[in-house]
Amino acid sequence: MQAYDLTQTALKKFSPEEQEIALSTQNLRVFYGKHEQIKGIDLQFPRYKISAIIGPSGSGKSTYLRSLNRMNDEVSNARVTGKICYRQLDINQRNIDVFEMRKHIGMVFQRPNPFAKSIYDNITFAPKQHGLKDKTKLDQLVETTLKQVGLWKEVKDSLTKSALALSGGQQQRLCIARTIAMKPDILLLDEPASALDPLSTSVVEDTLAQLKTHYTMIIVTHNMQQAARVSDYTAFFYDGRALEYGATSQIFTHPEIKATDDYVSGHFG
Amino acid sequence: MNVKRQDKLATIILYVIAGAIILVLVALLAFILIQGLPHVSWHFLTAPARAFEAGGGIGIQLFNSFYLLVLAMLISVPLSLGAGIYLSEYAKKNWLTGLIRTSIEILSSLPSVVVGLFGFLIFVIQFNFGFSILSGALVLTVFNLPLLTRNVEESLASISHAQREAGLALGLSRWETVLKIIVPEALPGIVTGMILGAGRVFGEAAALIYTAGQSAPALDFTNWNPFYIASPLNPMRPAETLAVHIWKINSEGIMPDAVAVSAGASAVLIVAVLIFNLVARWLGQRLFKKMTSS
Repeated sequence: MQAYDLTQTALKKFSPEEQEIALSTQNLRVFYGKHEQIKGIDLQFPRYKISAIIGPSGSGKSTYLRSLNRMNDEVSNARVTGKICYRQLDINQRNIDVFEMRKHIGMVFQRPNPFAKSIYDNITFAPKQHGLKDKTKLDQLVETTLKQVGLWKEVKDSLTKSALALSGGQQQRLCIARTIAMKPDILLLDEPASALDPLSTSVVEDTLAQLKTHYTMIIVTHNMQQAARVSDYTAFFYDGRALEYGATSQIFTHPEIKATDDYVSGHFG
Repeated sequence: MNVKRQDKLATIILYVIAGAIILVLVALLAFILIQGLPHVSWHFLTAPARAFEAGGGIGIQLFNSFYLLVLAMLISVPLSLGAGIYLSEYAKKNWLTGLIRTSIEILSSLPSVVVGLFGFLIFVIQFNFGFSILSGALVLTVFNLPLLTRNVEESLASISHAQREAGLALGLSRWETVLKIIVPEALPGIVTGMILGAGRVFGEAAALIYTAGQSAPALDFTNWNPFYIASPLNPMRPAETLAVHIWKINSEGIMPDAVAVSAGASAVLIVAVLIFNLVARWLGQRLFKKMTSS
């Protein structure tokens, strides 16, 4: 295995006039017990763009993503330090209401995880818990979100059927619909297509492209073609660090860092 | 011997073992039912027992069994749900929760007669509840709680971690996620465990001999005021259950038709437990269909 220079980084910074920033991290570190998994990451994610995070297994992509909406709070020995800035607010603080914050920063997971409820209930469950009771509004919500993920035509006659009866690709789109039903600002997607077949993958990718006009998305992916296809910006992670971040076209054609170059061209390690 | 023949032999042996178990079970069931069912009549099911003459029934004992069961489940179901949810969803892995789990395991393997004597010392003597339904219900709770708690914990633990993450990622609190997503999904398993536990409690004798007592005083089925001494609902009265009654007739029964009463009561007990099991399966399947809308 070739040793790469980890001190050399090329991270794009946006100027506030040029691009609005939806979310950014400053010196974000994640510890599992004493082990430092994420070693200080500074990134800015522009609004209404898709940013991809790529990198080899164990580079900390998912760990980083999961700390952005504080899902690492649920891991008993995890500790996250540094700043996560969302709307001029550092959300990595004790006094933040994480449940309220997660309504604004939604997450879709690697494996489709619909609730063992009907398709309708999957979408309306969380909004109902948060106080939306009006039946016509709920019906509307189901229809619009399912249309947004391109699932409406396939399931509109079986809304009362179990979500578990759907195919993997449909389930994943339902999970995306369920997340956007909360009307979040930001969508975090943790390898959302890795458990799907190529056809479903391309449908999910189309869905993401459609959603870009209304949502800021951060997607972790193992699949470099996918990153190249769907994202506007790409970050390359290695060994708990972000080594390079910039426009996707530039990362895939003229990367500045040797490790990135090797990774995107398949000569890594 | 080649692999194919080995496989065939193993299959045959497994079939024989399974067949033997089923045979024993069927023989036992058939014996009890054939011996007992001819004695079962409406009169037998409703009349009070007689100590010295033939023609007594098991009415009061049957009622006592059900009443005790309801009281015991009323106490143990909420407790086991709380404990099971805590252990599965909230408890951190440390020495304290490890100790709790070990204690539950030890408690669940205690012989029921030991639990009964413990209940006698604590509830009957120390708390001065006397031989009463209350003492019986409490001791059945002690007897049943470990198994119910484990059942709840295991049912919850079998639900994928991804479901919890899904709830939390939608901005739901942990309590909302547990109560509205995890518990409903685990409900079929929980209900099945509860009803099987109820069946066990219904057939329990040893733990009750020293707590609920061995006498079944006459009940006044026209007065349901729980504070009236002969009221069926009075929790402070002694109450011999069906299983205790069977044990007592066989050890010291002096009525001329003791054998017939014992056989009839046994058949009723078996049928009741059988019904519990069938209901458990049916309800479990129905709930699962309803919960998952499949």
